[in-house]
Amino acid sequence: MILNQDQQAMLDGKFGEGTAYAMKIQVGIGECFDAPRMVPIKRAHVALSNQAGDLWFAEKLLNAGAHCRVAPTVNPGFCLGHFTGQCAHPVEETDADHMRRTDAAYRGLGAVLSYNCTPYIATNVPNFGEVCAFSESSATPYVNAVWGARSNRESANSALCAAVTGCVPEYGLLLDENRKGDIVVHVEADMKSAYEYHLLGMMGGKIGEGIPVFTGLPKVITPEALRNLGAQLNTSGAYGMYHIVGFTPEAPDLETALGHKKPRYEVTITERDLKEFEETFSDKALNGKIDFAMFGCPHFTLEETMYIAKHIEGKNLAVPMYILVSSHASQMAGRMGVADVLSAAGAELIPDTCPDQPCWHYLKGKTGITESPKCAYYPRRRGINFIIRDLDTCIQAALTGEVN
Amino acid sequence: MGKRFSCHKISEGKAQAETIISKDRIMFYQVRPEDGMMEEKNHHLEGRIIARKILIFPGGKGSSVVQQDGLYHLDRFHNMPAALIIQDPDPVIVAGTIIMELPMVDRLPAEFYETVKDGDTVVVNADEGYVEIL
Repeated sequence: MILNQDQQAMLDGKFGEGTAYAMKIQVGIGECFDAPRMVPIKRAHVALSNQAGDLWFAEKLLNAGAHCRVAPTVNPGFCLGHFTGQCAHPVEETDADHMRRTDAAYRGLGAVLSYNCTPYIATNVPNFGEVCAFSESSATPYVNAVWGARSNRESANSALCAAVTGCVPEYGLLLDENRKGDIVVHVEADMKSAYEYHLLGMMGGKIGEGIPVFTGLPKVITPEALRNLGAQLNTSGAYGMYHIVGFTPEAPDLETALGHKKPRYEVTITERDLKEFEETFSDKALNGKIDFAMFGCPHFTLEETMYIAKHIEGKNLAVPMYILVSSHASQMAGRMGVADVLSAAGAELIPDTCPDQPCWHYLKGKTGITESPKCAYYPRRRGINFIIRDLDTCIQAALTGEVN
Repeated sequence: MGKRFSCHKISEGKAQAETIISKDRIMFYQVRPEDGMMEEKNHHLEGRIIARKILIFPGGKGSSVVQQDGLYHLDRFHNMPAALIIQDPDPVIVAGTIIMELPMVDRLPAEFYETVKDGDTVVVNADEGYVEIL
């Protein structure tokens, strides 16, 4: 791999041990994939997870003197302000301390402390063709497929290294020839809301490994639907890129999306596939009772919080409802009075927080309802059960405390 | 001397240990740190121990944090595999092994896969680019 003078100086330790360590890791990745060189980036997103291995690595870089050349946005851990102090179920002091250390480490490294998993919708949006380093399940496919930017499916660690060095090895999805679709996916289902895209994304097992080209989807697809599709594709499989014919920028028509080649194979996803998934994936509720509702995996948008507010305004929820959002959406909802409506009905609008965090310790053994399969998938290891339904059914269930 | 095969270095280092062969993709998040046992339901290696072995497997899976974090927890109990032989590397597992200083190689010839058996003693030398079945 050929490095320019600046990159070689980083590797040789001229910018300190931490930068050299980050560069060594990136050169290792580049050599694995036969990248000929490193290319500059101006944008990165790190899937901070606040887990032990994540903190260990961030502190290792920081203690070695690393500082980000490109300030990356970061994923949520949990909101210290919300889950300590006056909170009805405060976190254990050791968990609070862990989150404080994660915050201090990323602050020290010079990250943007956004604590939000949907940067591609508001705070960190790349241009068409822009090379960048995005980790996070829903983010990599969104910036590649929807914005037409170029990022490999970075790990949380490799994206942080890229933020430190300001460059990435050139391979994979950075190159034209690797961005073409090779599987045609015919969708024969009524894609009437963002929820159906959650279910479509969970079809990774049926779609198989490669770059899917979706046909048969509606003309108008919302950012929320695209967010859901990417998040679930990387829960049911591993996808850095997809195309939607007549919608995403590199897929004006089927032939272009496929790079004028024949697809390796074609699959059809039907209404029945989606329904079957919904039924088999859900846990069972005892006598149809649920204990809580949770939304925002990935983070809900301001529009979604407004939608919920409209449906529960002036009513009382039978069970707690947690709506996870970015700090931007939270602030805007406050300014617009949406937060007051939600709060009056008994819903909690929570910024900076992920469902797979120790702050939800008090939900262990309980059964919740959510519209996101990913929201159910990871917290299961914490002993939390989930039923999956469309958003309207979830809202209704939170009002009555029951689901069919 | 055993039979030697050429390979391509991904993460540096060398190791000698018994092999364990997985037909399924691996997510280290699903391996129990205390003893290195695969906990994932219906996985080809469910219930088996990968600690301190040479793990031969098709590739990784899961979100962008699960490999390095999983390996980190295994390492705290000294239960990481001794080395990895992978067919289809992805950026998430590659970054994880380099960071956790776990030797990993790929691009073994088809003959290696036809020859190697679960439980064979094998040397992986990533630095010199060979794998040897003893």
